[in-house]
Amino acid sequence: MATFDFLLQGLLVAAQPMNLLYALIGVTLGTAVGVLPGIGPALTVALLLPVTYRLDPGGSLIMFAGIYYGGMYGGSTTSILLNTPGESSSIVTALEGNKMARAGRGGPALATAAIGSFVAGLIATLGLAFIAPYIVKLALVFGPREYFALMVLAFVTVSSAFGDSTLRGLTSLFVGLGLAVIGIDQLTGQARLSFGVPELLDGIEVTTLAVAMFAIGETLFIAAQGDKGPDKVEAVRGSIWMSANDWARSWKAWLRGTFIGFPIGAMPAGGAEIGTFLSYATEKRLTKHPEEFGNGAIEGVAGPEAANNASAAGTLVPLLTLGLPTTATAAIMLAGFQQYGLQPGPLLFATNPQLVWGLIASLLIANFMLLVLNLPLIGLWVKLLTIPKPWLYAGILLFATLGTIGANPSVYELGMLLAFGLLGYAMRVFGYPIAPVVVGLILGPLAEQQLRRALAISQGDYSVLITSPIAAVLLLIAAAALIVPLILRARGRGEVLSQLAASED
Amino acid sequence: MTKGHHPSTATRRPDRAALFIAAVLAAIAGLIFWDVSRLAGAAGYSQVGPTTVPYAIACCLLGLAIWTAFEAFRGDFPERERQEVGPVIWIVAGLAAQMLLLNVAGFSIATGILFALTARGFGKRKLWFSLPLGIVLCFVVWVIFAKLLQLSLPAGPLERLFF
Repeated sequence: MATFDFLLQGLLVAAQPMNLLYALIGVTLGTAVGVLPGIGPALTVALLLPVTYRLDPGGSLIMFAGIYYGGMYGGSTTSILLNTPGESSSIVTALEGNKMARAGRGGPALATAAIGSFVAGLIATLGLAFIAPYIVKLALVFGPREYFALMVLAFVTVSSAFGDSTLRGLTSLFVGLGLAVIGIDQLTGQARLSFGVPELLDGIEVTTLAVAMFAIGETLFIAAQGDKGPDKVEAVRGSIWMSANDWARSWKAWLRGTFIGFPIGAMPAGGAEIGTFLSYATEKRLTKHPEEFGNGAIEGVAGPEAANNASAAGTLVPLLTLGLPTTATAAIMLAGFQQYGLQPGPLLFATNPQLVWGLIASLLIANFMLLVLNLPLIGLWVKLLTIPKPWLYAGILLFATLGTIGANPSVYELGMLLAFGLLGYAMRVFGYPIAPVVVGLILGPLAEQQLRRALAISQGDYSVLITSPIAAVLLLIAAAALIVPLILRARGRGEVLSQLAASED
Repeated sequence: MTKGHHPSTATRRPDRAALFIAAVLAAIAGLIFWDVSRLAGAAGYSQVGPTTVPYAIACCLLGLAIWTAFEAFRGDFPERERQEVGPVIWIVAGLAAQMLLLNVAGFSIATGILFALTARGFGKRKLWFSLPLGIVLCFVVWVIFAKLLQLSLPAGPLERLFF
């Protein structure tokens, strides 16, 4: 029961008063920012990263865990009450949840989403704790070529397996990889693509890129749509408590959603969206009240919301055990680790078990806090939803630039922010996904290192990449994930894939 | 990179904006080739050096540029919604103003201008109201983050007046 011991130690770390305070601040900020319309978990995490700059690594990561889970919770509130999901993984929640809110059942919808998220978060975090040591053991036999193959797989699934165009997904990815080359080469110390500009020698900051693309790009895009009148916020009428019938209809959906969402998040396939769609389809098929689907069926909120949170926790499995981010949110979290010189992966479990297990345990604690915090404070979150757009986006830009200035108060860094914001805006206009750029930027240098190590060991023989069975299988899966969607789209079956698009803003 | 703004011209084929993107991608590929060619000869005994991966990326970008041009001629790019230029200019002006004024006027004034101009982009025309509001708000934020959380946010005349 080594896992159990580690988890218990982690709980001791997480239960220190200061760490509890950090977790509480994290979940509160995360929920408050996540609730704002148009802000998904990726942007929530990127915006709040600077808040944690001055903390020690442990405290900062614990606050981070709270922000991540809080952002996920906040998103569901937005989609139920506003019908403009802040993230694509909440689209399904909005389908039934907003209908429930309009029918005056907003309270139970929020309650089933909150309790479902709690149940899913609890089971999935425990799942993470118990699976992680096995994957760490597996990862220890991985050499550079296996890591490289794994990263290629992650590149393909993040950029082109889902979404509506292989071309645009791959283009985004390679823009990110191209940006990743800028700066000093980590193995030889040579400056690449810096054109004699000293500021470029350090490369491009992941957080600057993420904040620019998500916050500034999105703000410009929303502004450019013109004034379409205020969004309608559904008031929460009546009791927020669920009736016995609601409970009876919800609990199975929560469990099913969890068991659909967690494995999908844990695979290097990226995105919470797929799990939510699958869970919705499952609930629709199994329900005893098919006539309610489309008009506010509670299972249609409970299942997908649980799947959403379970796969959010699942995403942490490849991130913590392999150092492999499969979503934009995970990529930014990886940047958060790197600012303390920590590289998640099997080694981190060995060298810094306190930190890793403290983080996992504080996810459990954050989950409890959210349950306690969310339902009583629902009135406050609803107020945040009614902030008029001009002040809301002015505030978003204020905090977006604050983070960048706080990290590096230079005109140059703000110039990058503006340039990448315009790039993010143009990419939105032309339907390019954003997440692959961020993942490409952070994962590119790691993949390059592994590739060059593998080739250095083989003295330049490229066949070494496919002569290891594990690497060969991973590359085959990656090739399939690239080619099969191409064929599907060519045959006009692309709609299913574009519905599963992994575009989390 | 595709900076700037391209209003919808999607009805005509070939799609000019998409062709422009293809050209930009090809230009980035060319830029990488040109820069990395300076490093030639740096590869170690394994023929794998700092140039290997940039070359591969540049080749892929070139391939993607050709693919994009191909789709542009076939008219495969999705329809684009009409974009309003005005609000975008207001917000970009706000960001540019903040960038240029930050070290002169300090965080509160520079960011207050960004705040007011962004609100202007979203339709709040009363700058005499939103500008002071923005500056006061940013000053409060400055106090919280610079004094309590010890983030290094540049101080200007306004901040020095109080601290």
